[in-house]
Amino acid sequence: MWDLILLYTSNVSLILGSFLSLSLGLGLIRFPDFYSRMHAAGVADTLCAGLIVFGLSLQSGFNLVTLKLYLILLFIWFTSPTSSFTLANTAYRAGHGVDKTSEEESSSKS
Amino acid sequence: MILAITTIALLVAMALTLVRAILGPSIFDRILAVNSFGTKIVLFLGVYGFLTGRPEFLDIALLYTLISFISTLAVLRFFDSGVLITNKDEQSS
Amino acid sequence: MMMRDLFAIVMLFGIYSLLSAAIFVTLDAVDVAFTEAAVGAGISTILVLSTLALTSSEEKPPQHKFFLPLLVVLITGTALVFGTLDMPDFADPNAPVHQHVAPRYIHDSFQETGLPNIVTSVLASYRGYDTMGEVVVIFTAGIAVSLLLTSVRHKRNEPGNLKDLGHHPIILYVSQLMIPLILLFALYVQFHGDFGPGGGFQAGVIFAAGFILYAMIIGIDKIRETFSSACLRWLAVTGVVLYISVGIVTLLLGGEFLNYNVIAEDPVEGQHWGIFLVELGVGITVTATMLGLFLTFSEVKRSQ
Repeated sequence: MWDLILLYTSNVSLILGSFLSLSLGLGLIRFPDFYSRMHAAGVADTLCAGLIVFGLSLQSGFNLVTLKLYLILLFIWFTSPTSSFTLANTAYRAGHGVDKTSEEESSSKS
Repeated sequence: MILAITTIALLVAMALTLVRAILGPSIFDRILAVNSFGTKIVLFLGVYGFLTGRPEFLDIALLYTLISFISTLAVLRFFDSGVLITNKDEQSS
Repeated sequence: MMMRDLFAIVMLFGIYSLLSAAIFVTLDAVDVAFTEAAVGAGISTILVLSTLALTSSEEKPPQHKFFLPLLVVLITGTALVFGTLDMPDFADPNAPVHQHVAPRYIHDSFQETGLPNIVTSVLASYRGYDTMGEVVVIFTAGIAVSLLLTSVRHKRNEPGNLKDLGHHPIILYVSQLMIPLILLFALYVQFHGDFGPGGGFQAGVIFAAGFILYAMIIGIDKIRETFSSACLRWLAVTGVVLYISVGIVTLLLGGEFLNYNVIAEDPVEGQHWGIFLVELGVGITVTATMLGLFLTFSEVKRSQ
């Protein structure tokens, strides 16, 4: 009974994770702008990874493999947002996709 | 069965990311694509390890998380200031 | 479609190495995939980027048309594919590769060396000479690079201002968190190579990657203080000398060169000690060489 609950939870979590990763692929192709693509990638890197790792860990029981899975998740949660932030920061400071006139308007208003 | 679906979904996502890496008009699109490709491969290695019943692949996944982080930072650092190690006398120029 | 922007080419090379690592994983070659992921996708990208910092970032337009090289590549590729048609099927048990040496490794490796990981025992014990050659090759490459690039030392530098990328608080904080974990993971890979994928080469590369992250984000001063050029050279030499001296010790103890059975009374224990010391030597040399390469590249003044 308990096994069945674990199995179903892990299946649901894996299915959600794969749906999110498909949406990442689609988003990367279809979004028009760099920053919106980065939004899609950011969602996928964190939530999709969390769901998939959670689903896998429910299937493997309570041993070293689960610990390694959660270590991987921890590292992904630490490093992936930092990379996204660095990328967005660099792109913004390099002037990618930034509209100069709207910047002047906002700085003159404030 | 469900693991196979997840594997296929991850592979499709990786293929689409590759398309963006080849197409991407600016260099930032390519860096973004490489970064998410890295994360997808890490997840793929985890799921594939469970699919074939050999969890030793998790070591490779762990390694690649760290390595892709360092690589992305190196690439961005290089793009930002042209060198990987900045010195004060070069910054003032 | 042909890209000349070398920077984008570096990125695509990263993806290519990563795909190769994934293919190796699906072919069940875990150690090779480990090494490919660590070296090909990680350190190679960083080292090529350091080289790009010294040269221009656009490939010069080619002097001649591309038809002749394309033709040569197509002919050679077709010949190679034609050659593979005669090869035995993948994982065919009757293939010649599986008949002579491989069964002996698979059957006797655990009794003779006591390690579950056959790849490590083949690399470090059965094929010890080859690994010694590899370590010497890595060492020679490091020496050749540091001979070719005379470095003009910069003045002692202080950390830059806040606008610089590496000194944003978020990146600093996360890097400070990750660097001890990376070094710890490198130690784990080095010493766990007997039981899982790993070993000296991969561990050395991960060590170097951790220190490179420190040098990029936090500052190169501490790295230079800890690892001056002379120190790195001595470390590289130490690794190679450790490897060769294990062989000399076995010679002095009465066996052949690099026959670990004679190191202790129990041959299996001797194998353990031999493999441990040899992998340590490999790890030390690889760390010192990779770090030395990176520091040499990054400290050469770009010719104006």
